[in-house]
Amino acid sequence: MGNFGHLSFLVWLPILGGVAVLLLGERRAAMGRWAALAIALVAFVASVPLFCDFDGASAAMQFVERMPWITALNADYALGVDGISMPLIVLTTFLTVLVVIAGWTVTEKRVTQYFAAFLIMEGLMVGVFASLDALLFYVFWEAMLIPMFIIIGVWGGPRRVYATIKFFLYTFLGSVLMLVALIYMFIQTQAILPGGSYSIAAFHALPLGMTEQVLIFLALLLAFAVKVPMWPVHTWLPDAHVEAPTGGSVILAAIMLKMGGYGFLRFSLPIAPDASRELDWLIIGLSLIAVVYISLVALAQQDMKKLIAYSSIAHMGFVTLGAFLAYDIQANTGALAGAAMGLDGAMVQMISHGLISGAMFLCVGVMYDRLHSREISAYGGVVNRMPIFAAFMVLFALANAGLPGTSGFVGEFLVIVASFHANFWYALLAATTLILGAAYTLWMVKRVIFGPVANDGVAALKDLNGREFLVLGVLAVSVLALGVYPAPLLEKMHGTIEQLVHLMTLSKLGGL
Amino acid sequence: MDSSILLTIVLLPLIAAAMAGLFGRFIGRAGAHWITCSAVGAAFLLSCLALKQLVVDGVPVFNEALYTWLVSDGIRIEVGFLVDKLTALMMVVVTFVSFCVHVYTIGYMKDDPGYQRFFSYISLFTFSMLMLVMANNFLQLFFGWEAVGVVSYLLIGFWYTRPSAIFANLKAFLVNRIGDFGFILGIAAVVYYTGSLDYGQVFSQAPVLEGRTIEVFEGVPWSAMTLICICLFIGAMGKSAQMPLHVWLPDSMEGPTPISALIHAATMVTAGIFMLARMSPLFEYSETALSMVLIVGATTAFFTGLMGLVNNDIKRVVAYSTLSQLGYMTVACGASAYGIGIFHLMTHAFFKALLFLAAGSVIIAMHHQQDMRKMGGLRKYMPITYWTCLLGALALIGTPGFSGFFSKDALIEAVHASDTAGATYAYYCVLLGVFVTALYTFRMIFMTFHGPERFADEAAAHGHDDHGHGHGGKPHESPWVVWLPLVLLAIPSVLIGWFTIEPVVFGEFFSTAISVTEAHDVVGELAHHWHGPLAFIAHAAQGWALYLAAAGVATAWLMYVKYPHWPAAVQARLGWAHKLLVNKYYFDWFNEKIIAPLTRSVGWTLWKGGDQLLIDGLLVNGSARSVGWIAGIVRHVQSGYLYHYAFAMIIGLSALLAWLLLRS
Repeated sequence: MGNFGHLSFLVWLPILGGVAVLLLGERRAAMGRWAALAIALVAFVASVPLFCDFDGASAAMQFVERMPWITALNADYALGVDGISMPLIVLTTFLTVLVVIAGWTVTEKRVTQYFAAFLIMEGLMVGVFASLDALLFYVFWEAMLIPMFIIIGVWGGPRRVYATIKFFLYTFLGSVLMLVALIYMFIQTQAILPGGSYSIAAFHALPLGMTEQVLIFLALLLAFAVKVPMWPVHTWLPDAHVEAPTGGSVILAAIMLKMGGYGFLRFSLPIAPDASRELDWLIIGLSLIAVVYISLVALAQQDMKKLIAYSSIAHMGFVTLGAFLAYDIQANTGALAGAAMGLDGAMVQMISHGLISGAMFLCVGVMYDRLHSREISAYGGVVNRMPIFAAFMVLFALANAGLPGTSGFVGEFLVIVASFHANFWYALLAATTLILGAAYTLWMVKRVIFGPVANDGVAALKDLNGREFLVLGVLAVSVLALGVYPAPLLEKMHGTIEQLVHLMTLSKLGGL
Repeated sequence: MDSSILLTIVLLPLIAAAMAGLFGRFIGRAGAHWITCSAVGAAFLLSCLALKQLVVDGVPVFNEALYTWLVSDGIRIEVGFLVDKLTALMMVVVTFVSFCVHVYTIGYMKDDPGYQRFFSYISLFTFSMLMLVMANNFLQLFFGWEAVGVVSYLLIGFWYTRPSAIFANLKAFLVNRIGDFGFILGIAAVVYYTGSLDYGQVFSQAPVLEGRTIEVFEGVPWSAMTLICICLFIGAMGKSAQMPLHVWLPDSMEGPTPISALIHAATMVTAGIFMLARMSPLFEYSETALSMVLIVGATTAFFTGLMGLVNNDIKRVVAYSTLSQLGYMTVACGASAYGIGIFHLMTHAFFKALLFLAAGSVIIAMHHQQDMRKMGGLRKYMPITYWTCLLGALALIGTPGFSGFFSKDALIEAVHASDTAGATYAYYCVLLGVFVTALYTFRMIFMTFHGPERFADEAAAHGHDDHGHGHGGKPHESPWVVWLPLVLLAIPSVLIGWFTIEPVVFGEFFSTAISVTEAHDVVGELAHHWHGPLAFIAHAAQGWALYLAAAGVATAWLMYVKYPHWPAAVQARLGWAHKLLVNKYYFDWFNEKIIAPLTRSVGWTLWKGGDQLLIDGLLVNGSARSVGWIAGIVRHVQSGYLYHYAFAMIIGLSALLAWLLLRS
């Protein structure tokens, strides 16, 4: 499938565009803003055909490009998308546009650098999702840390240095073992292919013994678990979110966390299916801890951003839970009915959480820009002064609480139903999110949005301006559209998910 | 039946809600109420048309999908309508009450700044409720279920500056979510056992499912059907406010009165009853679940009624009455008399909406005073409100000939005939409940409309009222937009039982919607003794219910008209009982003083102890210290340099990548 560099365009346009914006310099900040918006818009528009022209029935990689890259290592510059990566790429380009618009006047220092960082970030994130070559994947994966590191470190809050270092160390240490695993697998492929290969597809086909699989699984687990993040390696996230500027929080929650979930689907499950089967209790256990424990922790938060950060961890628990259900379903029922539903749910949850958490962080950003506080207690009765904003905030809060008709419901529903196929108690614990999710989200809404005007700061609040209205409005429409009619998204993923169920349940041990 | 008619019925209120909500500023107050009232009015007329087509013209049941919501794992989940007589009856009741409430709101909310928003919400509610009753699958049922919950949340908190209102709406939502937690597990179980969410497909598999078991606890096999039904019933308990999930309903009275009538009396709270009736093909296969339904319903019917005896807030008395009546409907379903449950739902919707709106009319006249101790003697100032309210009260207590009589007497007879475990207990509960109902209802009537006028001193003490609509002296009858809905509702409250009991309960009305196994067929048994409404009234003289109701009215008259010092004496004698009732059996105390603080402190402990102390403090301790050390060094480096350096890295990386690409 020769394709005219569609994916390369999506990777390199933002990166090169970002560099160009950077070169404009601070004196041409206004031009930089518009250029950044134009680049983000072009990238988004260019990503739409990815969705429309994608054949959901097929499990094959599409829009494939392949060129030799580092010939000495047999590493290719290979890009392509399937039903798992394509929606995530569209989500990335979509949210970048919104982040650029949302950050229009928020930043006053180093304006062009700010936008450049987000554009470069966009290109690298698309690169992560589109890479078919493990080494290329790893390069994008690590490079992505740099702009995020800078975004938090330069435009962040008072404790930004602490948060950045914590963020960097966590994620970097997590990925080091992944590199080891990737290199190990490359060496193993040399037995099959002349010179070996970094192709992820080759890794999928690689026969591996149980011990090897377990070691690879654990090495990858650390990298992905930190990103998701899963309990107990999640403590970097609340700190990073609190210190990050609004745009950084949006990208962090909406896209970067998805890399962890994506990693499990792309690497762990198909590469180490037997180890996944053996260790699924670990992932499921940690996922359920995320849903219950983290939701309770969210209830105790007094900082809005921390609360949403913890809520993100809880919601990502559904992603990892849904991804690993197949084995227990097979053990419980002897069949695979429900396995694909769990994966569908995990995917929809990722997309939906991207929209909702992004929207929630933007809402906090709107208030922070006005009052410069994230403390719940600094607010109260915001609805009296900002009725339009309050309407958006309540909508997103309800979506966060998984209201049917919003995207937040779809993924949770599918995962709960699928987990019932595996074990009644999984479903029961997962379903507590209906109560706990509503409790922490709506309790915050009660204290922040409703009630009489709490103080002079709130009394002086002005409602949304046109730019903020546009961003939140677009997100609101997306959240509702995905909630009312999720079928098109699931259609696109159908073939890939079927294939994944097949790969993750196909033992690699038989051939040895 | 035409799908475009059904779609119109659903979409009209939705579009009206969107227009009033999003463009309220442009269309103005009059625009908002004209659009929403005519949309809901049209939906009512079309619903009547649908009912007529089913009942009179005999068109077949409508069951079609509108669109596919999603396909996952081979399971096609659709959004579609199932309109049989059960649904059509609900549609007519919902749209009729909703229309009355819309008209009433024009008067009740006329000075409120959130006028358009209110109309938007109640129209949105009508849409959600229609989606709920018209669903042909579990998912859409759940969608409507949660959507009505959200609108209820928004409406209870309509006056969002009142702390009590925003406390009540959060409480209502969370308690409902506990119910929904059970509901969604029930739905998950349904998918697991049947591989479908479509009513038709699920129900057709019910007989096959009967023998299947599930081991929730290792080594203890449970009937799968019992598990499904109990989970679904927990959902119904939340929405229909059955003990112990009833605690949100009295507090929901913080919302404006029109919504108390529409949502918290006539329609939303009856969704649980509707669900039980709709799920009858499943519940019939689980004796255990039916017993649970019976016992929970009976307990609710009797014990929540008692709380109505000691409350002085006119709306809350009606709210406790609603709780108790919802218990009655639940009992009917538990006794497998689903048709009677729905029949009582319908009659109750009319007379309870009437009572609420009448209470609202009194509240307007009293300048938003809700305490009955500060009313009295209002009958001569508000004749229309008084007479319509009295008719509603007579219907509620089951006066022979009134609509409530037919439904309640049939219900009690059915419970009497039932053999399901717990039926005897339920029978005594509902029977004694008749006395309690009559007592609290007429206590309310007498305290509000009879006796000395107690509001004069209140007004004098109060000085002036802050609502500014001409205080000048005596209370007066409400404007026509307020009393017209009372009259409209009074008509069916009196008459509908007489005309519909025969076809609805004893006829073939629900034959396609509700299925009852032969062993449970109490209604069939009652039908043998059915000789028309007149004979049914005559038969009442042989039962206990009639005398208990009369005794209740008489007691109320003695205590609140003839010897007004009696209540205090009774209270002194039965201090402990009074205290128990005033404190609402300590449910609220338990939830607010034990459950809520406990949950919060668990969260706090996990955060401080688990996240911060154990994970960050202990496990990451070593690295954290080195992080601090590195941070100390980094702080000395100008951030500009660090940042330029990092950018250089990216640019270098891109250049390297590009070069390698070009080279190859």
